[in-house]
Amino acid sequence: MNKQDDIMDEKMLIAEHLKDIGDLAEKIGRNITIMEICGGHTRVIMEYGIREILPKNIRLISGPGCPVCVSSQHDIDCMIELASKGIPVATYGDMMRVPGSRYSLSDINSRFGNVHEIYSTTEVLKLKRQFDNIVFFGVGFETTAPMTAFLLENGIAVYSVHKLVPPALIALTAADDVHIDGFIDPGHVSTIIGSKVYKEIRIPQAIAGFNPERILRAIRVLLELILENKDKVINAYPEAVNEEGNRTAQKLLDKHFHVADSEWRGLGILPMSGLEVNDDRLNAKILYKDIVDSVPIPKKSGCRCGDVLKGTIEPIECPLYRKVCTPENPQGACMVSEEGSCAISYHYGK
Amino acid sequence: MCYAIPAKILKIEDDTAEVDYGGVFKKVNVSLIDEPRAGDYVLIHAGFAIEKLDRKSAQESLEIIRNDLSQFSEEDFELENYRDS
Repeated sequence: MNKQDDIMDEKMLIAEHLKDIGDLAEKIGRNITIMEICGGHTRVIMEYGIREILPKNIRLISGPGCPVCVSSQHDIDCMIELASKGIPVATYGDMMRVPGSRYSLSDINSRFGNVHEIYSTTEVLKLKRQFDNIVFFGVGFETTAPMTAFLLENGIAVYSVHKLVPPALIALTAADDVHIDGFIDPGHVSTIIGSKVYKEIRIPQAIAGFNPERILRAIRVLLELILENKDKVINAYPEAVNEEGNRTAQKLLDKHFHVADSEWRGLGILPMSGLEVNDDRLNAKILYKDIVDSVPIPKKSGCRCGDVLKGTIEPIECPLYRKVCTPENPQGACMVSEEGSCAISYHYGK
Repeated sequence: MCYAIPAKILKIEDDTAEVDYGGVFKKVNVSLIDEPRAGDYVLIHAGFAIEKLDRKSAQESLEIIRNDLSQFSEEDFELENYRDS
């Protein structure tokens, strides 16, 4: 099978999905809201203009799928405060420019040179040899938490703001201000956690892959479930996701983290929705308790990242979007992170 | 950070594998997957392999195949059974 055939096949599949989606949308009749909660899905949807080709009664919204964005302002301020004391820290790239209440990590690094941007936590092992007291900022969902657990396994201190997706889905299904008929579940979070865990959330769900055909396939499947009123979970990304997930990664998570309440931007404190470091000697929140306790509760700003994350408004409805808040001058995490809804909307000209 | 990319393992030394992303070669950590072998296709996220892909599935995600959806009955839309033919 050559590349030309593949492209034609993909186009034909997409055409079939769109036809079925059209038929299903007509049969359903009423307005439907589908939410995706994965920065990678948001990106594909925006890049290929998928919202625009769906029937008028199908609304596709983005939820809290960006781990940097859902980190609370207070947690971000605490991490920045640690760095501002000159403590060597390591972090993924998209944390660098997130605005704290006063500075960003990038600002701190310009002054002290102590913020090390990494692509993979394996790089932190090397940094540890140079800086014995280095702290890693553990940001991310279940896909990324095992890479942080790897550092804990190697005796490296962590400030964890890792979060779990299923509790957020539960909170969103119960929310008053946004009604959701079905979820497109995240792809690589599901690789780690498995598809089985979503079953307990009583709402149609489809786990999707990362190209337009896969997203449309998932939407088509969701509309079938919605039409027939079936609270099922369909795995539409079977090559990367199985029922049990990655048991090795899960065991590593269980070894180094326990589940705790966690504060989500936009959703508030969700019970049992975050991962906290087990070993107090490696928990930066405990090692540097005085610094963390000294960080004040952040003041409210005009940034409406929280509402964007909840799906109650589009970026364009935020008064700061494009006027004050741009990628060059971000006012909140949703504009900084490459998985943030505002950054993605801005990039695709919305 | 949701991005994960398929790659082929070329060789392994302890927990590190050299992989081929179709012409680009990198070293990744394979401690999160069971019994990785040279020739395996894996999904890589932030420098770690997070899942093995069987060769056919890997090629399916790297190349799109024709999926005749009319073959599927009601029962096929069960959790474990939604697969390409």
